[in-house]
Amino acid sequence: MPTQSSFVTPATPMRAYASTADLAISPPSHREASDRARAVASPKDLRTEPAPVRFVIIALAVTFLTVFVVLPLVVVFASAFSKGISAYFSALAEPEALSAIRLTLLVAAISVALNLVFGVIAAWAIAKFEFRGKTFLITLIDLPFSVSPVISGLVFVLLFGAQGYWGTWLQANNIHILFAVPGITLATIFVTFPFVARSLIPLMQEQGTQEEEAAISLGASGLQTFFRVTLPNIKWGLLYGVLLCNARAMGEFGAVSVVSGHIRGETNTMPLLVEILYNEYQFVASFAIASLLAMLALITLVVKTVLEQRLDEGQTPRDDPRDH
Amino acid sequence: MTIEVKNIVKKFGAFAALDNVDLKVGKGELLALLGPSGSGKTTLLRIIAGLDWPDAGEVRIDGEDALGHGASERHVGFVFQHYALFRHMTVFENVAFGLRVQPRAIRKDEATIRARVKELLDLVQLDWLANRYPSQLSGGQRQRIALARALAIEPRILLLDEPFGALDAKVRKELRQWLRSLHNEIHVTSIFVTHDQEEALEVANRVVVMDKGRIEQIGSPGDVYDNPATAFVHGFIGESIVLPVEVTGGSVRLGGRPLNIAADGAASGASKLFVRRHDMQIGPAGTGSLEGAVRHVRSFGPIQRAEVTLSGGEGKTVIEIDAPRDRELQAGEIIGLQPRRYRIFAAQE
Repeated sequence: MPTQSSFVTPATPMRAYASTADLAISPPSHREASDRARAVASPKDLRTEPAPVRFVIIALAVTFLTVFVVLPLVVVFASAFSKGISAYFSALAEPEALSAIRLTLLVAAISVALNLVFGVIAAWAIAKFEFRGKTFLITLIDLPFSVSPVISGLVFVLLFGAQGYWGTWLQANNIHILFAVPGITLATIFVTFPFVARSLIPLMQEQGTQEEEAAISLGASGLQTFFRVTLPNIKWGLLYGVLLCNARAMGEFGAVSVVSGHIRGETNTMPLLVEILYNEYQFVASFAIASLLAMLALITLVVKTVLEQRLDEGQTPRDDPRDH
Repeated sequence: MTIEVKNIVKKFGAFAALDNVDLKVGKGELLALLGPSGSGKTTLLRIIAGLDWPDAGEVRIDGEDALGHGASERHVGFVFQHYALFRHMTVFENVAFGLRVQPRAIRKDEATIRARVKELLDLVQLDWLANRYPSQLSGGQRQRIALARALAIEPRILLLDEPFGALDAKVRKELRQWLRSLHNEIHVTSIFVTHDQEEALEVANRVVVMDKGRIEQIGSPGDVYDNPATAFVHGFIGESIVLPVEVTGGSVRLGGRPLNIAADGAASGASKLFVRRHDMQIGPAGTGSLEGAVRHVRSFGPIQRAEVTLSGGEGKTVIEIDAPRDRELQAGEIIGLQPRRYRIFAAQE
């Protein structure tokens, strides 16, 4: 099924640049689904491997996952609770921790909202129109995936820093972008831009423009067409993109670290605070914050699985003329 | 409502999809745009609907300039080849869509909308599917729902883009007759695009034959079949035998041998002789202006179809003729052939 594999596309580059939040996100498990389907289709046997071989392969996979994914997660939670539950919660109740949580939520809310709008617009343009430079635009959308997050942060330092292009002017007008919320938000938007657009483009391309044309010929305005026809058709894909975008926005470390300035209680996001606390040997506090990020990852994982199921269900089989 | 198309030009890059097309469609007509793929017929339909825009020319619907309005303001019902039903809506909501998106000032109340949708579903005989989703319907059902949806807005004209193209042969045939009788019932001016000549000849009042962005002929189904205006129309509609001939003065020659037929005013020079398969008179060897050896005979229904190798000239020309069953042909038999009805067109470069 082409639609399934197209949804793997956005996930692939993400893994290469995994940061704290999406470390725990495994690539979509479409393979399993198709295997299940095959097993139903011919229950006899496609599993030609003898039982011991199968056992070894499965054991290897499970061991690998345990060592590299489950164990670290367990360690995070174990360390967070090593001094007891009250220590855990008092670490989270620290003003610094609360400020980091607030900042992370704020930045994620702004960047997800903006990327939702930009992503839909970009995907719409690419999927529904033909224009010169389209390939270039697609490449541009992928740029944040292919650039190291540190570089993404540095770009903003070059633009807005004291020695940067607009630094002097900004200082003169008392506008704070770098080492403040706007800078962190900009860096996060940059890094997370591709998620929404990337998850929508294949979906919208596959759906084509005919339903929109039908809506317009029936008298619908542009907005009516978008909200009544286009949006319902892409809603699961859109949620999927938003979910991944949010996970990355909350977990982003590299780019944010460069532009944040690490002002305690002001410009530290959760991932930054985790590092700072760890470097100061405050292990319980550090892992307590980390455990929140890990939980975010786990929730993301669950919701993502549900969304993927919805997406698969939402794909009506391509109109078969001979299905009378 | 009438449709008038004047001097429409549409280019895709260097390719002229429509090259100065003129067309008038009368009130209540059911017109077929017939042509091979790439002939521009779908582009013309989309321009009338407002889904594409011409580079030059005029479109008038009921005398009113249509190009000044977008597709959503033209009140044109459009039916797509692949149905384009809204996949997330039930059949009922699909049909109701055009009524629900009307501006608040003229929008009907819910009861009226429901009654109208019910009426339309009855019209297409699918009221029992109202709560299904498009993916649960067969192709033929989907296309009938698409038609009901297009009719919901009481369109001034109805445009159908290869409406039966994605259906299998049997369903296609049923729907053809159904469309014909539906049109008799509701009488909305309609244009449908097809590449299937049988469909065009069977369904339409009038047929417009198109090729390479130009209109080759406009006429009744009988007219385009019996009196093709150009070599293209003769070759495209119905099966024809085509022979390369040379016209000099009033005489016609095939491979140097004179044929006993009149040139019918065809200009001198290299030409093509078109004869329908059933318009070849068969006689004993020595009669008729052509002679050939029967290679192979297949009999089915009321006719027998024979492959005949023409003698003379290169001696390699093979034609297919249809003969009635009562004149039995044998493989190897030498027969004389005489075109009963024929047309001669100048050969194109």
